Amino acid sequence: MSNSFRTTNSTGLINKDKKINFTFNGTIYHGYEGDTLASALIANGVHLVGRSFKYHRPRGFLGVGVEEPNAMVQLHDGNKSEPNIIATEVELVEGLKAKSQNCWPSVQFDIGEINNVLNRFFPAGFYYKTFMWPKSFWMKIYEPFIRKAAGMGKAPLLPDPDRYEHNYEHCDVLVVGSGPSGLASALAAAKNGARVILAEDKPNFGGSLLTDEVTIGNMSGKEWASDTISQLKSMPNVILKKRSQVFGYYDHNMTVMIERVSDHIENPSKYTPRQRLHYIRAGEVIVSTGSIERPISFGNNDRPGIVLASAAKEYMKVYETLVGKKPIIFTNNDTAYSTALEFIKNDIEPIIVDTRDSSNGELVKEVQQKGISIKFNSGIADTKGHLKINSAIIGKLDSSKESFISEETVECDCICMSGGWTPTVHLSSQAGNKLKFNDDIDAFVPDKKRQKETAIGAANGSFTLNQSLAEGFQVGFDLSNKFTDQNNPTNSPNSNEPSYEKHEKLWCMPLPSGKKPKRFIDFQNDVAVSDVELAIREGFRSIEHVKRYTTLGMAGDQGKTSNLNGLQYVSKIEKKIVPEVGHTTFRPPYTPVTIGAIVGREVGNHYLPTRKSPIHTWHEENNAVFVAAGLWQRPRYYPMGSEDMNSAVNREAANVRKNVGICDVTTLGKIDIKGPDAPEFLNRVYTNAWLKLPVGKARYGVMLREDGMVFDDGTTSRLSENHFHMTTTTAQAANVLSHLEYYLQVVWPDLDVNVLSTTEQWSGIAVAGPKSRDLLSKLFPDVDMSNEGLPFMGLVDSSIDGIKARIYRISFSGELAYEVNVESNYGLYTWKKIMEVGQSFDIQPYGTEALSTLRIEMGHVAGAELDGRTIPFDVGLNSMVSQKKDFIGKRSLSKDAFTESDRQTIVGLVPLDKKTKIPEGSHIIEDNSAVAPIPKLGHVSSSCWSVEYNNPFSIAIIKDGKNKIGKNLYAVSPLKDISIPVEVVSSHYVDPEGSRVRS
Amino acid sequence: MLEIKCPYCGKRSQNEFSYGGDATIKRPQLGEEISTEDWDNFVYYRDNPRGKHSELWHHVSGCRQWFKVSRDTATHEIFDTCKMNEDFNV
Ligand SMILES: [Zn+2]
Repeated sequence: MSNSFRTTNSTGLINKDKKINFTFNGTIYHGYEGDTLASALIANGVHLVGRSFKYHRPRGFLGVGVEEPNAMVQLHDGNKSEPNIIATEVELVEGLKAKSQNCWPSVQFDIGEINNVLNRFFPAGFYYKTFMWPKSFWMKIYEPFIRKAAGMGKAPLLPDPDRYEHNYEHCDVLVVGSGPSGLASALAAAKNGARVILAEDKPNFGGSLLTDEVTIGNMSGKEWASDTISQLKSMPNVILKKRSQVFGYYDHNMTVMIERVSDHIENPSKYTPRQRLHYIRAGEVIVSTGSIERPISFGNNDRPGIVLASAAKEYMKVYETLVGKKPIIFTNNDTAYSTALEFIKNDIEPIIVDTRDSSNGELVKEVQQKGISIKFNSGIADTKGHLKINSAIIGKLDSSKESFISEETVECDCICMSGGWTPTVHLSSQAGNKLKFNDDIDAFVPDKKRQKETAIGAANGSFTLNQSLAEGFQVGFDLSNKFTDQNNPTNSPNSNEPSYEKHEKLWCMPLPSGKKPKRFIDFQNDVAVSDVELAIREGFRSIEHVKRYTTLGMAGDQGKTSNLNGLQYVSKIEKKIVPEVGHTTFRPPYTPVTIGAIVGREVGNHYLPTRKSPIHTWHEENNAVFVAAGLWQRPRYYPMGSEDMNSAVNREAANVRKNVGICDVTTLGKIDIKGPDAPEFLNRVYTNAWLKLPVGKARYGVMLREDGMVFDDGTTSRLSENHFHMTTTTAQAANVLSHLEYYLQVVWPDLDVNVLSTTEQWSGIAVAGPKSRDLLSKLFPDVDMSNEGLPFMGLVDSSIDGIKARIYRISFSGELAYEVNVESNYGLYTWKKIMEVGQSFDIQPYGTEALSTLRIEMGHVAGAELDGRTIPFDVGLNSMVSQKKDFIGKRSLSKDAFTESDRQTIVGLVPLDKKTKIPEGSHIIEDNSAVAPIPKLGHVSSSCWSVEYNNPFSIAIIKDGKNKIGKNLYAVSPLKDISIPVEVVSSHYVDPEGSRVRS
Repeated sequence: MLEIKCPYCGKRSQNEFSYGGDATIKRPQLGEEISTEDWDNFVYYRDNPRGKHSELWHHVSGCRQWFKVSRDTATHEIFDTCKMNEDFNV
């Protein structure tokens, strides 16, 4: 039955000269260039594409585009596998592989269909009610069951191999949708000189003009569309985008559009992205998104072969494909007659069922003139056919249209239904537009706008071509006039289309006599009329509650075909008019968007920028294992031979204590501070005094937040009277700069001070250990390196091989130490030079692990202690707090809780067995045998292996710590089931007098 | 994503800025005697109005200036922006 459902005409947009092979559920089919997966399957007679979400009912195609609620498939396999793709939106490409979802073992025979047989046990709210108790069943029984039975496609487990790009665009006027009104407005705006972007979701511009028999000027609608596109293409101020869906409307006229760049290309070039996400900030947005046909609810209205009348027409006209050969047209309005006429054109006589008593519309008359009788005052009561419809029960409606008088069974292979049209108001609603109900068309249309957004044409409820074109030309001109001064309007051409009579307000058929088949409203979420009735019977009144209880209009579909039918039904039961019921909020995205497109290029190494020190290549060449410190890559340790991390770290740290080590500290934040008020400013920022710091001296400083918590620490030095060089921790560098700018610009603008980040201008190299003085004396023979010449916290300018260098005598390791700063570009050279000269002093590089070991042993605090929850007292920095002056956060320190005598303080911990390393984050408790809940004294912030004493050592912050020294406590980690007896000691474990740094 | 007009650079997307809270908060003077209650009001307590709100923004990925924005917290409408030493026009 290869392509046996093709029409014989060739007026569509497919190319029958180019065959395309594809696979669906393991069977190979062919279609043609220009087909969608949906049109190609239908042409091959395949309607059964999936199983429904809740009841696993067989489902086929309902629509032809974004409105499709049923035909979601899994595309491709392996790392390209993608779930929940709407088959009507997939362009056919050679070798495409697709399969049905939500069915097992196959779409023809699906175990889950038992849910359909048991459907009276699966009503609305079923999950809420059934799985609530017993509570203990949730994790073990209910949750895994639901997970297996529900859910649509399967997410791929492999990394996505495709490339996605992001693009930022700005324009005066963005036109969304290229039907008659969209084209008209784009043309008018562009001719008036505005910068225009026209976006069309489909592969072809033109919208309804591609399927409607109309004339514009002296052209057919289709010709006028292609003529208009040619004009727009030639204009430099216009960007045309097809295969591009504007799916989200955010604040300040930011819209987001997804462009399918190469999904339809068989072998895209290597550097072509698969999809591109455009962020478009538009001056004005014209919403010309058209309208979507409404289904009608009747018994078993979800069988494969039951489609929207407009979809059937588009399949014939655009894709040269018949949805069936024995069609029934079922309608409450005139537009479905154009579908009937299209069948007649293809020598197929449809059966026409119309709920209305009569109609004098032009199309209706044309059908009658062709000798086709119409079953007025009738409706479809029920259908039959398990995997595909094979017959319908047509009933004669009584005068109230609440029940059927008589019923007859009619054979058919498809039903094309039309319940009238719903303007596509999703984008306007997302933009904050308060919609209003239009009684004439029984649908909501945009009303009070909150953003610069204007709906036109069918999206605005203007269903005639004349009106659409007039609105398009007028609005396109008016809005573009805000951006240009050309004042060049374009006149709307004459147009011709059939006249239509009004639809009937009837969207739900009565039940057939003696039966209660399901009458679906929301196909994607499997919500039937009976579910809405149940929700209301159970007391749900607000439409938002009915939505959540029944799941009507939720998820990927966003109620495109179901929303209004649901509202109509609620209003009917509640005996309220629809505007009183109100409508639910439409949310982005309008159509499902691939996660990969949202992420864009921000994957792998592009996820975040990588910052590397100028010395990075040396670290790489010397076997460094790197660790991320914020965005920076820092050497963690440098293993030698087969060394593991612990032995490498111990060796590196021990070498600093014994000889001399070298460490790359370029990542430390550096801020240049200049101005006559700089000393006063530092005095306010830091807790200690700064006014009297001599030129050529450095000082350690601690800064607080206003709430009294330690914010950051570092050494700042005075380079000249009004010039300071501040260092911050690597982690807080950016925050400290913002903090300083805030106080200078917002709080104390009278202070004459400038701050500037110089982190990347300086390369910092720490040289630490007892032999560091001898090494530096050799490197800088001109400098007096003696304790008197360059004392602790002193600094001096010098040079090395002609490179200007600044030498600070500062120490983080607790050893005699220096920090050499040179211009970044000379960092690598200087490092190599120090290594070379240092060979005779047994110099070794050390990484961040050894750096931590050295500072922990010394009791120097770092990020783990300064975690935003500690005041200076807690971390042993009380001596840094000036009693004489005020500074940021000082007032907080005198609050009651911060002055309690048993407040937490920093201590050292040594395990009693001198062997077991205490995990960081362990809790400290007093009594190991106590019954939970056990009062917690504090926690372990940092742990290391002390190279000085050759046993584990930790820093902890515990309640009343200063009075706990000498006591035995327990460090416990309940998650790891660890309990370690520890002795509390001073946090200054090595050289508590600090004599080494001053030696 | 909001579009914010930096008084120094012009209109830029929100991702260039960071938010700085209520612009009407005045820090107590240095050295000022202040009750715990008043200090706590300064440090912790902020109004959370629905509607017009005067707030600080920092052009971190731009000119690094702090400035004032008058914004509707419900609709995100921005009425005006100005430098720290200026007042809003609307
Ligand atoms: Zn700026």
